Amino acid sequence: MTDIAIIGGGPAGLSAAIYAASLGAKVTLIDDGLELGGQLIKQTHKFFGSEKQFAGIRGIEIAKKMIQDIKEYDNIEAIANSTVTGYYEDEVITIVQGVNGDILKKLKAKRIIVATGALENMLPFVNNDLPGVYGAGAVQTLMNLYGVVPGNNILMVGAGNIGLIVSYQLLQAGIKVEAIVEALPRIGGYLVHASKIRRLGVPIYTSHTLKEVYGTDCIEKAVISEINRNFEFIPGTEKELEVDTICLAVGLSPLSDLLWQAGCQMKYVPELCGYVALRDDNMKTTKDKIYIAGDVAGIEEASSAMLEGQIAGLNAAVSLGYKCDNYQEQDKKLKAELRELRDNPLSEEIKIGIEKALIRGGRD
Amino acid sequence: MLERTGIPTDDDLEKVIPDKKRLVQGPVVIIECFQKIPCDPCAISCKLGAIKPFRDINDLPQVDFDKCTGCGICISSCPGLAIFVIDMNYLDEKSLIKLPHEILPLPEKGEDVYALDRAGSMLGKVKVIKVLKIKNKTNIISIEVPKSMVMKVRSIKVEDKNNER
Repeated sequence: MTDIAIIGGGPAGLSAAIYAASLGAKVTLIDDGLELGGQLIKQTHKFFGSEKQFAGIRGIEIAKKMIQDIKEYDNIEAIANSTVTGYYEDEVITIVQGVNGDILKKLKAKRIIVATGALENMLPFVNNDLPGVYGAGAVQTLMNLYGVVPGNNILMVGAGNIGLIVSYQLLQAGIKVEAIVEALPRIGGYLVHASKIRRLGVPIYTSHTLKEVYGTDCIEKAVISEINRNFEFIPGTEKELEVDTICLAVGLSPLSDLLWQAGCQMKYVPELCGYVALRDDNMKTTKDKIYIAGDVAGIEEASSAMLEGQIAGLNAAVSLGYKCDNYQEQDKKLKAELRELRDNPLSEEIKIGIEKALIRGGRD
Repeated sequence: MLERTGIPTDDDLEKVIPDKKRLVQGPVVIIECFQKIPCDPCAISCKLGAIKPFRDINDLPQVDFDKCTGCGICISSCPGLAIFVIDMNYLDEKSLIKLPHEILPLPEKGEDVYALDRAGSMLGKVKVIKVLKIKNKTNIISIEVPKSMVMKVRSIKVEDKNNER
């Protein structure tokens, strides 16, 4: 029995655990990675956001600090290398542990915070099953966790923040990035990221996509093509690139299976990149004891995931009767900071999406 | 156009470059940040109040060029690596550019490196005047460039003698 089971140890889950534990709640934090930190442990770039929320600090350093904080709380039990496989009535979850997945445990919790993050999207193109086609997450894991070079000449597909950041990290690792293609007519990620890659000589082709790759045993060549507004190939605009690796950074989808299984009311919200659970502004779903935070609630930045985690952690703990001296003020402050993070033109879509997923009044 | 290519246009740059009068007075910052994103470390790093405090975290940086001494402390604070300091009249024929650099190997003082423009094109070789190692690993490299190149050079390429790929 635990007070709060937190599923996922990325920025949202870690923040939720620290906040809830600071109020005295007994927290069990479960993560399927070999170590805690989620995607943070691969992020070698400095984060944006406000100084209050780790801006200017590299993701890996943020992970280190938060994992250290977790260790300092006796009331947090952190279980890494373990996958939550199911939700059962009365807030019981099953956990599969061990390298071979041969340990099955049940855990009952008074509250559950689902912070499972996201899945990478795949892209259909001819020969996309050839060795050398990677998701950006895999490239980061190989390169930044294990020090393994994924290839020598890379084509990056996607100029959102992930595509831009991973391109930069590849350049830092001494790998040639031949080009970045982006299907949309403009760069989706932060323009400062785009500029810093561009001035290292990487061309960014907007309104372009990957058409096909060639090779016998591995990728030897890629063909990119310009596309029109309806995302159709424009004949005669094809370019051949000598690459051995394709890195796909074509978006993420919320990893919400557990929420479906738990019976939370779900909604397809394109602005949040997929099916998400309806939630109130405390991050509580339509199930009274289940909260969400981070990318599973809608694809966004790590900085907003951390704030959502804090809001969920605070409110889950307070709902169990743990005292927060100035609850109203703290709660208001976190929500104001989150609003502020989203108060820019790039977050317009996210704000629309959140309106669609928000339950007013807080009760189902 | 910046949103399509990642390369700021002359119109973009005009908004962030100080006037000629200020440029000849000594080192000064140029912040090539053109998009409202939630990010404020530059304003907090500036102890002189030259980068004005943000009212909103999504503000674009606003510089009071009269207060800026070109100290360069903001250069390594910027997550976007968008901050440069230029000293137009560093020498009679040469200007100095301080730029952020996060790629190994670091050049050495006195070494000749390739100067790159905003599109990554090589503009020739220039001399490294100073290498300032910063704890957060965004190091600051000072290079000496011909005056005509001071508004063009924004990156460098260092020859890696030990690890040619």
